[in-house]
Parts: sequence; C-alpha cells; structure tokens
Amino acid sequence: MTEPTLFELSSPGRTGVTFPEADVPRFELPDSSLLRDDLPLPELAEVDVVRHYMALSRYNYSVDGGFYPLGSCTMKYNPKINEDTCRLPGFLYTHPLQPIETVQGNLMLMYQLQEWLKEISGFAAVTLQPAAGAHGEFTGVLMMRAYHKARGDHRRVKMLVPDSAHGTNPASAGMLGMTVKVIPSDARGNVDLEALKAECDDTVVGLMLTNPNTLGLFDEHIQEVVRLIHECGGLMYGDGANLNALLGIVRPGDLGFDVMHFNLHKTFSVPHGGGGPGSGPVGVSARLADFLPAPQVGILEPAEGDTPPLYGFVTPKHSIGRMKAFHGHFGGGLVRAYTYIAMHGAEGLRDVSQYAVLNANYLAARLRGTYKIPYDRVCMHEFVMEGRIEGSDVRALDISKRLMDYNFHPPTNYFPLIVHEALMIEPTETENKDTLDRFADALLKIAEEARTNPDVVKSAPHSTPFGRMDEVKAARELVLCCWLPEGYDSNR
Amino acid sequence: MTYIPISPQERDAMLKTIGVESLDALFEAVPSEYRFPKLNLPPALTEMEASTLLAEIAASNENVRGDLISFLGAGMYNHYIPAVVDHILRRGEFYTAYTPYQPEISQGTLQAIFEYQSLMTALTGMELSNASHYDGATAAAEAVNMAFAVFRGKRRKVVISPTVHPQYRAVIRTYTQGMELELAGDDPTADLQASPEALTPLIDVNTALVIVQYPDFFGRIFDYTRFIEAAHAQGALVCVVANPIALALLKTPGAMGADIVVGEGQPLGIPMWYGGPSLGFFTTRKQYVHKMAGRLVGETVDSRGQRGYVLTLTAREQHIKREKATSNICTNQGLLALASAVYLAVVGKSGLRQVANLCYQKAHYAAAELSKIPGVGLCFSQPFFHEFAVCFPKPVSEINEHLLEHGILGGYDLGQDYPALTDHALIAVTEMNTRDEIDTLVEVVKEVLS
Repeated sequence: MTEPTLFELSSPGRTGVTFPEADVPRFELPDSSLLRDDLPLPELAEVDVVRHYMALSRYNYSVDGGFYPLGSCTMKYNPKINEDTCRLPGFLYTHPLQPIETVQGNLMLMYQLQEWLKEISGFAAVTLQPAAGAHGEFTGVLMMRAYHKARGDHRRVKMLVPDSAHGTNPASAGMLGMTVKVIPSDARGNVDLEALKAECDDTVVGLMLTNPNTLGLFDEHIQEVVRLIHECGGLMYGDGANLNALLGIVRPGDLGFDVMHFNLHKTFSVPHGGGGPGSGPVGVSARLADFLPAPQVGILEPAEGDTPPLYGFVTPKHSIGRMKAFHGHFGGGLVRAYTYIAMHGAEGLRDVSQYAVLNANYLAARLRGTYKIPYDRVCMHEFVMEGRIEGSDVRALDISKRLMDYNFHPPTNYFPLIVHEALMIEPTETENKDTLDRFADALLKIAEEARTNPDVVKSAPHSTPFGRMDEVKAARELVLCCWLPEGYDSNR
Repeated sequence: MTYIPISPQERDAMLKTIGVESLDALFEAVPSEYRFPKLNLPPALTEMEASTLLAEIAASNENVRGDLISFLGAGMYNHYIPAVVDHILRRGEFYTAYTPYQPEISQGTLQAIFEYQSLMTALTGMELSNASHYDGATAAAEAVNMAFAVFRGKRRKVVISPTVHPQYRAVIRTYTQGMELELAGDDPTADLQASPEALTPLIDVNTALVIVQYPDFFGRIFDYTRFIEAAHAQGALVCVVANPIALALLKTPGAMGADIVVGEGQPLGIPMWYGGPSLGFFTTRKQYVHKMAGRLVGETVDSRGQRGYVLTLTAREQHIKREKATSNICTNQGLLALASAVYLAVVGKSGLRQVANLCYQKAHYAAAELSKIPGVGLCFSQPFFHEFAVCFPKPVSEINEHLLEHGILGGYDLGQDYPALTDHALIAVTEMNTRDEIDTLVEVVKEVLS
C-alpha cells in the first residue's frame, strides 16, 4: 500500500494553519502585472498533514529503529538531550546579524567549540563556517591553493588522491581546476610509498588522505607519507570522515596534517537528518591560519576581573573569503556537537573511539572465516569485506538487500572501489554485543542461504514495505515532481 | 557520560574473540610517540548538568521571541512556524536516518523530498527542483557552476547585480576564485537607483549567467521579463535569487523566463537559529537536468508494481564522476527540506498567501509611518515586498543603539556594504510584527531624532 502525495490528498477549500487578520490599514497591492494568478499549493487540514507524514515516517529505517552499520557514515545513536538543547529559544530565535552584545552566549559557545576542536585534533585554528564535510573539503582545498599562491608558488596544480579516497576528494580538487593524480594502495592497504615518491615534485599542491582510510585501516607509514609530501613542498589534507576512530587516540595535527575537516554529523553525533544538514568545521596548522574563511569567532576584549571576555568576529589576514551566508550550521550542528563534547570530556571521547574500534574488530572476527576480508589486519572503526560467497553467484547488493529481511540496515556497498563486491561495515560504539551478534549471525545465515537457496537472497528483500526499485525507469522517464503548471511550455 | 552500551564483562569477552589482551592493543598501528594524547577538555557533564549549562548559555542571548522586537531581516526572517513542523521533524524515523541510498527502507525520506521538489517548482514556476543546497548563497554559487557546465567553460563571464545580497556575492567570489572567470556588475558603488536594464550592456556573448534578486536586497519588486529577454538575446542564462514567501503573491520568476531560480528556504518553517542550518532551494528547467548539481529524487515502480521513489541521475554526482563532477556537493539539507515541505503543506495555498499579504501590509504601514517623521525618507520609489530602505538624518548605529535600549532590533545598516547608503537602514517586517510594535518603533525613532 502506497501513500498518496500531498497533491493527491489535497481538496479545494480545505485549510490547515490560519493567521490573524491584519491589524494595520489596508495598502494597495502592486500592479496586477507584478502578481501571480494562482498559487498551486496543496489544500489540507492539519490532521491530513500529520497522518501523511506519520505514514511516510513508517517507511523509513533509522538509527532509532535499529542497527545501521553503514560504512563511512558513522551512524551512531543521537542523544536525545541534543535535540532539546539545540531548540532552546535563545538559540532558535536569534538573528545572525544581531549586535554581538546581544548574542554573547552564541559567540562564547562557538569560540569554545573552536577551542575544543583544536584540542581534540591538534590544529592551530578552526573555522566553524562550512556547512558539511564536502563543503569543508572545498574550504580546505581553497586554503591550500591560496597558501601556495601567496608564496608565489604558481606551479602547483597537482592534487594527489589515493585510490581508496571518497569521491568528494577528487571532486573538490576538480572544482578548482587542479589535476588529480591517483595513488594506488599497497598490499596492506597503505598508501603505496614508491608510487607516491614518483609523483612528489614541485607541482604538488598536496595529498588528500583519509586516515584511517576507507578500508578502515590506519596507514602504517603515515609519518613517511607526511614527510614525503612536506619535503616536496606540498600540504597534507586530512579527510576527517573517519575521525570517530581517533578521538583521544592520536591527533592529526600532531602527525603533521595541515588541514582537516570535521564531520560533526558523524563523529559528534549530530543526526544525519535523512541526508543533511551536516556541519563541516575545518582545522588548520599554524601556517594556514591566516587563510581561514571570514568571519571567525574571536575575543575582541579579554576578560577583566569579573567581566567575561567580549566575543565577536574577526577576519583572518589573508582570508579566502566567505563560504556561506552567516556563520555556519549553528543551531542544528554546533549546539548539538557542543553538548556532546561537554558531556563526554577527554576520557569519554577516548572511550568512544576505543569502543568503536572494539566493535568493528569484533564483527570482523566473527565474520572472517565466512567472508573474505582482503586487507586483513587489525582494523579501526570499520572494515571492508567481499560480499561474495564461494560456490554462489549472489552479489554484495543481494546480501545487502537480504539483510533488510533480518531487520538490519545494509552496510555501504561497492565502496571503496578497490575491493571487489565491497561491503563496508561500521558498527560504531553505540551498539551492544547482542546486536552485533545478531547481525553477524544474520550474515552467516545469508552466506549459507547463498549456497543452499540463492534465489531467496537474489530476490530480497521480502519483508520490507517496498521491493527493489526500477532505477532505470526512474532515470529514463525523469518524473521529478508530481505537479506541473498547466500549459507550461517546457520547450521555451 | 557516554552512550556506550557494553559492560566490562562483555568487553572482555569481545576482546577474547578478537584475540587481543586489551583495548589499547588495538592501536599498535598508531605511532607510539603520539598515541593516546592527554586532551585538555573540561570534565564530563551529566545530562542534568549539561542541560542546565546549555540553558544558561541560551538564556544569556537576547532572542526575538520575548526579549526583543525585531525589524532585522537581510536574508533571514522571523516568521511563525506552526507547531506541526517540529513535531514531524522530531520523529526519529526522519532525523536519525541517513541519505536514502536503500530505497526499500527509505521511502519516507524519498517521498518527502519528491514532494518538496514538487512544492518548490510550484512556488517558483519552474520545471524541476533538486533536493536542496546548504543555503541561498551557496545555491547561487551552484548556479554559477551549472551555467559554467552548460557552456562547457566556453563562456567565462558572470554578471551579478549589485542589489543581490552582499553575502551571496561574497560567496560567489569565494567559490569562483579557481575558475578564471570574470565577475561583472558586482559593484557596490554602482547607481542603485538604476533599473535592472542598466546591467544589460554588460551582458555579451561571453556571458554564461546573469544573477538578479527578487525582491532585490532592498526589498524592491521588479518585473525582470524584458531584462531576461535581453540576456537571452545574448545566449546567457539568468538566475533569479527569490524570496519564497514573496512568491506566494508575486509573478513567478518562471513566468518571467528565468532559467534558474534559487533562494534561501529559511522563511518556510525553519528557525533563524543564529544563521543556520537552513536550506538553499535550486530550481531550473528540464533541459539542464544533467548539468545541475545536488541530489534528485525521481518516481518509479518497485518489483511488486508499487509506485516508489529513488535517488536518480546519480551519475552526475561526485561519487561517480569524481573530479569531473559539476560540484563536490554530497549532502542536501534533508531534514530542513522536510521542514519546508511540512510548512507548505500545513499553511497551504490560503495560509501562505495570508502570510505574504500580512508581511506586505505591515511593511507598508511601517514604511508609511516612518516616512512621516521629519528627516526620514524611503530611499527608493519602486514597489516593495516586506523590506524597505529608509534614510535617517543620523548614523544607523546611533539609532539602532537607542532602539536596542528600548528592546528593539533595528534594521540592517546598509552603509556597511554600500558607500552611497551611509545612514540608510534596511527594515524588515513580517507577520510576527504587531501594529503596536511598529508604532513603538516609530515612536522611538521620533524620540531619537527630536
């Protein structure tokens, strides 16, 4: 049974929320040539809307509903208190352009969060402005470019990216017209040092490295990699997507990284919201601090006696400019992350990473005999195995879909690209042993089904409200909205 | 406190299965000299303590629902958000889900985005909408990326009206710094009284995109139809940055011939939240679908013959195209697109018209009353929506300081961005402002100037 769309549910003359009558004298509207005739929005009562969205919500799988081991996405539990703190009226109803004297609470929170992220990562400065991980990446690459340019070093056009990188890495470099050189991985899943050496020259902008990488492995030659890049004058970009493995374990800044974006929506429990909003602050080493986006939150007047400092905005000397309007994803991102860090402290954060790594290694240990783990060593917060079973033609996608019948969200499929039929599993620290055992049992059972009854796997899922979707039809017919203006000429 | 649901006994059993002695033994790949740094962070709080602390921080702000009366807009507006919106947003099924990559168990998110796309096309008069960008400013920057891709980089000029929001223009400058293109028209010293047609001479056969705002940054309503025709005569695309509430009343940019309509979605059921997160809507014409960045949901059927929805045309996106993608954008503003869709659904056709009309009426009352004060005047004569520029005989900062003493957030000081508009403020009025509040504003301004 499918739920009708809002437009199908609409009935002329029905009303939902209404507003008070105007309490001012009536003013003429502008000339009718400036007005629209019709406003083709749905007409629904409040109860219609609530039932509609309740029906839709029941079609969704979620972290609140069950285990969501989606590799690279850090689908950890989102503490409920964060939902309350980010909705405090003092946060919800402040305007971004209010005089700073009236929003010292917001500015103090942002300043302190900058300081905490610096401490956690070992960087010299942090911007909170970027709206998401990919946005933070773009910010970082812009700063790398500006740094080389400011030194008169105009030859640098080549960005090195390992073959295990997230797609956003090459895309960010591509947005700035840089040439992307792909560096292969070695047999243990590290950056291939010989291949890296061959590319290290005076045209290198830098290396964009995810560490632990997308295989869930900590690079065993990380110091050598950093040394090679720095020696040829390049900068080290860290993709912070996998920071959930490193809290209190090691600080990327200490390892020599120059830039890294944080994903507050992964590591610091900001909920994913069905695909956003994210929040992607960026940390930088001292030599890049002057290039940060403007404005930054700073202290304008230091504390004196009982008077707290005056927080406000400052513009870094060689700022790359503004990345978005206003100050970043304050309410939905920064307040939640602030609450989370305040409640964890140093030890709590280290526990987060240690247990995230424990859970991943435990699952790998339980599955190792049945599924092939191609780069098999102690993993960090996630691991990648091959979704294929000897003696069966089921594929990773089939296994993923069959997991839904066992009431689990599938792992990430077909990524990273360097593993055949990849299944990338990230359990996070917020799952208990029973859940992990049930998940491992389901995967073992599916392996058996793949041999004895492959059709049940290949035609899965069976117990979900919807079956597999015809993606080819969607892309061919491109029905992208359920309403089109009457007589609309799309061939203008 | 933490949210780790594993007992010490369970941990030990798990370590045994893995075959290591301790948790620390899992980290031997990390260089030992940097392993396990001591982080200098404040001691961990319990939920009760954190709740108190955050309430104190929030309360130390002065907010516009109780502490202050606001006439501040300039890109973010204090509108009423019906209670239903947040009740739906708080469903864990929506906010704790990921991007709907597995359609069999994500139809809730997918249908909600599909409906959002439909609502945005209805509002803007365009043919298709993506699933949203970070905010209005970045959506405008993505319009530049798209236009650049449409012309395969062969047209290298973008013309931007100086009456586009200054922060949007700043973001476009940041985004395009590696693209070697010419930004023309982006000049705050230009004649601001001029009609949009004053930009026409800048548009040539090398122009990929022209960007105007509707209503413009000063709240003025222009019919861009002829201007857009002139831009099209040179083969350029036109992007209109629109206010979505104004579109309930005004002729749509689609009807004027715009190729791209973007804007800030915050007025549609999203709190101001000190500037974010909100959403940037992005709508265009079907012929550009393959050049558009961002997620897109399309209708299809499932294996059981049921109507369903999937993320479609993903081959445009970064995880497939990598360095050849139009944009590196990965997320949309999923939850906030849901907020806007719920808002539009529950206020509906009649409610949104009411909101727009209230904004218009109250803004015009405020403008009329303020301009009765000797020395105060409206700087522009064109029709306006819910925002207008006034000139004062004193610096705006001085006036705003007095207003703040009376619990009023004054207008945006336009002198910050436009040298010719020193002593000019941009006043925003929404359905939230009562006649009493407007009268108070007028009284205090009178007092300051007397």
